Amino acid sequence: MNKALKTLTNGILRENPTFALVLGMCPTLATTTSAINGMSMGLATTAVLICSNIVISLLKNLIPDKVRIPAFIVVIASFVTMVQLLVQAYLPAVYDALGLFIPLIVVNCIVLGRAEAFAAKNNVGLSALDGIGMGLGFTLALTILGAIRELLGTGKIFDFAVFPENYGMLVFVLAPGAFIALAYVMALVNKLKK
Amino acid sequence: MAKLKSTFLNMLLSLTLIALVAAAMLSGIYLLTQESIEQQKAEKQLAAISAVLPAYERIADPETVQGLTVHKAYTGDTFVGAAVETESNGFGGKIRLMVGFDNDSHITGYEVLEQTETPGLGTHIVAWFKNADKAGQNIIGRKATGAMSVSKDGGDVDAITAATISSRAFLEAVNKAYSAYTEGEVQAASGASQQAAPKVSGDSLSVTCACGKPIEECCKTKGTPCEGNCGDCKHDGEHQCKHNCKH
Repeated sequence: MNKALKTLTNGILRENPTFALVLGMCPTLATTTSAINGMSMGLATTAVLICSNIVISLLKNLIPDKVRIPAFIVVIASFVTMVQLLVQAYLPAVYDALGLFIPLIVVNCIVLGRAEAFAAKNNVGLSALDGIGMGLGFTLALTILGAIRELLGTGKIFDFAVFPENYGMLVFVLAPGAFIALAYVMALVNKLKK
Repeated sequence: MAKLKSTFLNMLLSLTLIALVAAAMLSGIYLLTQESIEQQKAEKQLAAISAVLPAYERIADPETVQGLTVHKAYTGDTFVGAAVETESNGFGGKIRLMVGFDNDSHITGYEVLEQTETPGLGTHIVAWFKNADKAGQNIIGRKATGAMSVSKDGGDVDAITAATISSRAFLEAVNKAYSAYTEGEVQAASGASQQAAPKVSGDSLSVTCACGKPIEECCKTKGTPCEGNCGDCKHDGEHQCKHNCKH
């Protein structure tokens, strides 16, 4: 029980995929232009992460070591495509908001990283918990980054206006702002963890 | 179960099996969702068409003109306007628009179907050019010329602040739409006059301007004021001339 809890909370702060493991920087920088975009991307990744962790943990003895990476990639890519099709068919509004980013989950190294580092070595239950924890940690990180960038860049949080858009610092919505915001949040998290 | 050893046969079988199962599941999900996805697309397209056009009763089957899809709208048998799906290359990728024109080349509306412009800058194309409070940037209700450009390039449309490239791309798409619209409309007009030939033949063939010349000589281009030496016509019957030129 204790181990399960530890696995679940592991991804949220101590081994947060963004702030501690520094994995999956491409979607982190690209999709956090607003809080809602960051959160949607985080949740979509969480769904894929949980599914792929469970399946890979189930298949771990069936996959010979030398071909494990291609096997993992096939599993992950299939889940990403399924998520994409399902979201497109049944949640069109969400698909409009982040349709472009969903295929990017395939190349998100968190998913492959957790498959390799955790799911391939642990049982199904723990792997599912790890997927949930890591997914939530990623979602949290992306939402925080998105909120900071949206607030500083456009004066809104989750589309709720805090101050007029004219006073926003546009650079935070653009790529350099992503690096700046990420660096400061990461520094802060590191400081707090000590 | 013990872990499989990395022999050639094991690797081959394991990868093949995983790929086959994945492919089977993907095709299953694809078949399951395909219908719904097609329906979403069609609904979205229809919503965009009705958003950009004036009131109409029915939409004709889409036609492809100059590589763009033109949806013509009719009320009864009268052509009331057309919605054109158009695209151009913006700052961050393709911009796809649905642009509506009435039967007199006025822009009645536009909807952005797809864009990947810079958030906070280029993404303003979604609403910038239909802001009714700012005449300089509003293109709704303007008469399309096919050569609209931003004020920086000598045109009369105010570009989005700090997003001139996106604005240029937007206007390029609108211009392309207009060019497809005019060509499509000519076809529609000729098609319509053939269909309705018995009804209007006496009308359209024998119409002369006030100056006594046949209408074709006065109105070289439909929708434009009368040209040539027909001074009286230009002065007197511009409205009538326009009207007749449509037939």
